[in-house]
Amino acid sequence: MLQGVDLACVRGQRRLFGELNFCVAPGEALWVSGPNGSGKTSLLRMLCTLLAPEAGEVRWRGKSVRELGEVYLAELAYLGHAAAVKDDLSGLENLRFALAQDGLRVPEAALADALGRFGLSEREDLPTRVLSQGQRRRVSLARLLFCSERPLWILDEPLTALDVQAIDLVRTLIATHLGRGCVVVLTSHQEVDLSGVKVQNLRMVG
Amino acid sequence: MEAVLDTARVNRTGLAGVFASVVQRDLLLAVRRRADVLTSFFFFIIVVSLFPLGVGPEPNTLREIAPGVVWVAALLASMLALQRLLAGDYADGTLEQLVLSAQPLTLLVLGKILAHWLVTGIPLVLIAPLLGLQFGLPGDALAVMTLGLLLGTPVLSMLGAIGAALTLGVRGAGGLVALLVLPLYIPVLIFGAGAVSAAMSGQSVEGHMSLLAAFLLFSVVIAPWATAAAIRIAVE
Amino acid sequence: MALNLWRFASPQVIYPIAGRMAPMFMAAALVLALAGLYIGFFVAPTDFQQGESYRIIFIHVPAAWMSMIIYLAMAFWCAVGMIMNTRLSFMMALALAPTGALMTFIALWTGALWGKPTWGAWWVWDARLTSELILLFLYIGFMSLHAAIDEVRRADRAAGLLALVGVVNVPIIYFSVQWWNTLHQGASVSLTRAPSMATTMLTGMLVMALAAWMYSIAASLMRLRAIILEREADADWVREQIAPGLRGART
Repeated sequence: MLQGVDLACVRGQRRLFGELNFCVAPGEALWVSGPNGSGKTSLLRMLCTLLAPEAGEVRWRGKSVRELGEVYLAELAYLGHAAAVKDDLSGLENLRFALAQDGLRVPEAALADALGRFGLSEREDLPTRVLSQGQRRRVSLARLLFCSERPLWILDEPLTALDVQAIDLVRTLIATHLGRGCVVVLTSHQEVDLSGVKVQNLRMVG
Repeated sequence: MEAVLDTARVNRTGLAGVFASVVQRDLLLAVRRRADVLTSFFFFIIVVSLFPLGVGPEPNTLREIAPGVVWVAALLASMLALQRLLAGDYADGTLEQLVLSAQPLTLLVLGKILAHWLVTGIPLVLIAPLLGLQFGLPGDALAVMTLGLLLGTPVLSMLGAIGAALTLGVRGAGGLVALLVLPLYIPVLIFGAGAVSAAMSGQSVEGHMSLLAAFLLFSVVIAPWATAAAIRIAVE
Repeated sequence: MALNLWRFASPQVIYPIAGRMAPMFMAAALVLALAGLYIGFFVAPTDFQQGESYRIIFIHVPAAWMSMIIYLAMAFWCAVGMIMNTRLSFMMALALAPTGALMTFIALWTGALWGKPTWGAWWVWDARLTSELILLFLYIGFMSLHAAIDEVRRADRAAGLLALVGVVNVPIIYFSVQWWNTLHQGASVSLTRAPSMATTMLTGMLVMALAAWMYSIAASLMRLRAIILEREADADWVREQIAPGLRGART
């Protein structure tokens, strides 16, 4: 479903990786691991089309993502390194606008419920500036609860600064999404127990 | 566990909805950070007020330099305000989410610029007549100045957006934006200030106004597209 | 034939070619400049209005022309680079910029030197000089933007986009400034209109223009070589160039 064909990446003067090939089938997760600076984030950004590969191409359902354009973008949800959360807006507002950008208008109750599941009920109205790093990441993760119709999730270090409960929740989310025959690509420094789920490990050498 | 909540009541919105949400979000952010917004406004007022202090209070001199002074101050204030447009979103990661939207980035950028202009451009247009009065400009010149700024400030926001996008995350972005953007502002300055001077000497301002309108049309077509291209380059 | 052309998109191929061509262009520039200056300062008649001081036009006008032509060339290479994604195109644009800025600066300076005896002021805000000043800002903006961005590819493309935005705006800026002040001597050399100057003056200016063009090409090619060496520093062929025989010794 998601394929990387001979991907190469050059940042500055350094060649981060080259001739990278992988193929992820529906229901599979791709776990990208490797030391810092090995190009994990660059690879994920390449999969999102934020970054153009130096060589090779990314294919979704057999077609080049360049050709698919916004059709591809409509099918993917990306959570990057940065929490993508506005400091001056509350958790609720952030979530509402993030989903509005996805083209979804969601009733307030559902938004509150989503934040509640991530343990943010007490803090949903506070400007995210006052939240801890982990809480801010949880606000951005709450969006995933509404992304079930996007078959490709690309998550860059989704578990950073999360506590055990939140990690568990994310694990369940990923597992459920994979259960629908979708694909999840993620990087993580931490060990993620994805037992019961097909995981491909892509180790970046750097 | 349920991974999606209450799907029955989730509405899908098209391009219009996404555009509206982008504008709404930026307006809301401006309201939350009023101080930021008012900075360029007060800058405008202060810069205009400096000129009589530097040039002397002689009414005829002031009347003559008024169009240029007000317009240059508007240019500088617009440029100052550009910091608010994209830099914040670039830093916290929301800009790349915008790039990843399935809707055309050009239109979303236009939405951001629109919200930006509503918040930073319109106040300039509203206060300019008062400042013009301070310089002793007659009524019809004031009207021409206001209309000119109404047509010109969106152009400044749009051309400025290109500069802001090109310098995202770059060292010394503030000064660099000035260098990149001020040359592009020059035609607007020439015809905007020229219109007021023409009005004061009783000449027709039709030509000036049509040109300003033409610049507006031209920048609406070109600038959001160029800004989107620059954002994509920056976001890599 | 098409396959052959792509060869020239390789820095490695262009490097020696540029090395051979640059001295030839420089020699041509020198010859033409000597001829042009001779015509300008000795052959062309004294202008009945401006006396001898007008002769600075033989440097001013060619420099001004080149400053605009080089900007167009720069924008052209940026466009090629952005469409074809060729590194060398961006390097060429970057190589052209300082020469273009130099031409603009010469045009401004000689314009001032011309202005003093002619209009009594070191600087006049007429259309051509003001446009040249703005063009100088555009060049400096291009070079500054490129210098400010650390990542070379991003710098190339950002500066490239700026050059393209600039090239679209240059006619608008020029027209605006022209309208704003029509003091400057109207374009007295035109390929379509009959020249309003003596033929010798025209010849002198054209010869000098050609000299400036040859010089610009030579200078840009030499600068291009330096940029190529800098950017491709990790490539084997570059190491051979700089330190032949030290290929095995990589730190």
